[in-house]
Amino acid sequence: MSISSNFSAGRISWLWFALACLVLLIAPALFDVNTMTVLLIWALFALSLGLMWGYAGILSFGHAAYFGLGAYTFAVASMNIGESTLPLLLAMLIPALLAAVIGAMMFYGRISDVYMGVITLVVSLIMFKFINSTAGDAYRIGDARLGGFNGIPAFPVLNVPGDPELQIYGLGLYYVVAVALLICYLLCRWILSSWFGRVLVGIRENEARIELLGYSAPLYKTAIFTVSAAMAGLAGSLFATWAEIVTPGLFSLGQSAEVIIYTIVGGLGTLVGPMLGAIGLGFLKLLLGEQTVVDNSLLLGVILVLVVLLLPSGIVPSFVRWRQRRAQAAAARNKASSTRRRRRHHGEGT
Amino acid sequence: MDYAAVVLLEILYMIAFLALTSAGLAVVFGMMRVINLAHGEFVMVGGYTTIACYQAGLDIWFSMLVVAPLVVGILGLIIERLVIRFLYGRMIDTMLATWGLSLLIVGLVTLIFGNSAVSVQAPIGSYEIGQFQMGGYNLFIIALAILLLLVMWLVMRFTRLGLVARGAMQNRDVASSLGYNPERIYMWTFTVGAALSGLAGGALAPLTGLLPSVGGSYIAKSFITVITGGAAIITGTVSSALIFGTVNQIVSFASMPVVGEIAMLVLAIILLRLMPQGITGRFFKNSA
Repeated sequence: MSISSNFSAGRISWLWFALACLVLLIAPALFDVNTMTVLLIWALFALSLGLMWGYAGILSFGHAAYFGLGAYTFAVASMNIGESTLPLLLAMLIPALLAAVIGAMMFYGRISDVYMGVITLVVSLIMFKFINSTAGDAYRIGDARLGGFNGIPAFPVLNVPGDPELQIYGLGLYYVVAVALLICYLLCRWILSSWFGRVLVGIRENEARIELLGYSAPLYKTAIFTVSAAMAGLAGSLFATWAEIVTPGLFSLGQSAEVIIYTIVGGLGTLVGPMLGAIGLGFLKLLLGEQTVVDNSLLLGVILVLVVLLLPSGIVPSFVRWRQRRAQAAAARNKASSTRRRRRHHGEGT
Repeated sequence: MDYAAVVLLEILYMIAFLALTSAGLAVVFGMMRVINLAHGEFVMVGGYTTIACYQAGLDIWFSMLVVAPLVVGILGLIIERLVIRFLYGRMIDTMLATWGLSLLIVGLVTLIFGNSAVSVQAPIGSYEIGQFQMGGYNLFIIALAILLLLVMWLVMRFTRLGLVARGAMQNRDVASSLGYNPERIYMWTFTVGAALSGLAGGALAPLTGLLPSVGGSYIAKSFITVITGGAAIITGTVSSALIFGTVNQIVSFASMPVVGEIAMLVLAIILLRLMPQGITGRFFKNSA
């Protein structure tokens, strides 16, 4: 457990952080801005799951429910309000509320892992089925028609707060997303380094012990589930403004599967892992989307199976472990050679 | 009166549908505590096998009742040997790996059969109840589900094989110390479960039509049926199929099919909250 406790201690290397900022700053000069934007949105989505799954041990099989709800909330609210600041807040608030209700129901019910998996999956499925069947005029919220299978097109996108005329898209949107991702990352780090985060890791390691120490595990789990859903909602709303359309596919099982794959491939128990996993695999997915020889889901499936079988802790933790082992080996070598030298000196003295 | 008969038949059909599609998953979950998220894809492969064999000139009954279970059973055996056996006792990892398998199988079938819907004519025509036209094939599905559950019960209750299976289910270590290799039992259980899924897929192919992605619509229903049923394979499946099938169809008739499905899913959440061990964890504790 030494690896993950290293990570969960909430230490942050500011040098690496500054480097990441720099990369994000100059990336648009090197890559396509639109692609980069959506990759960072997926990274944010994966971060939300990685926080909850990697540190509190809660796996949601239907995290797309909160992503999609954020996207739909943003679309509907921005059509009704016309200005995007409030919709953005609502897109975090409403998924958070739903997660608080569902989380409280699950965690206070002391439901085990598998049953939790079923419930989270079923929640996303209910929303998918519902949104899919809302074609026609009867289903409208204010000015917004939910549009069933076709989704909602042409809603006002993100704008500079207070001025609906100044829309944010392209490069501007990229920087908004990048800053949102960095802020969320710092927020996660802050949560994990606080007592709240420590209790969460404690719950993951041994729930009974934490309860005996007087902490209410259901309360903490519900809280982190809510935070994670708010973050997923934010990712969803950013995705909505990037894609300029929301469709029921956002709630689909495939969407949930993808974010789980990003997270587990990148590495559980880290924050960087899920983000890198999302960017790497997301890029791969976009590349594969351009050709038709190999089916996209075929490859994702193969990756998931192989990672679970061969690299169950994910890429980033495996890499960190490898580096630590190497450093230890080097230290041991140094020590050994220095003692040998000392012995030789002694030998000469006597 | 006619209408009542129609509603009743539709309810029976839904129950049979749930029991049939869940049987394979229930066997695997009940015996091995493994949640196979590729279950829907097993059903889908059963359907495609049936249609491919039928188009190749085989008798439709033969392809549905013999070839489909055989092919999917072998597929299950291969998957158990290559993937599942490394993951026993790691429930979440098994779920993730089988989810990966489900994506993989969807991708493979898309490559082979393409991403368009295929269907096959039902081999039994329709009949009339008063002014209502009813599919005769639905009756076959109901009969098949009853027969299947009956056979499963008889095997579990009265044969040596069933005794060993129930023993391994209750206590793996004791079964092992009496000379039954648990690994072998698990291997065959997974194969039988896959074959049952293939049978369900074959039998339902004429009714539902097929797409590579159709597995997704089975997995959720079978998943909630099995989990809500709890550990006892047959009693659990029957009781939760009864509840969900009835609720689904009654709500569907009262409003729309989508609302019926949503009602069923919401009910599943409520039931799981009230009975986290499933129906058979609460009632019928000593059943098979």
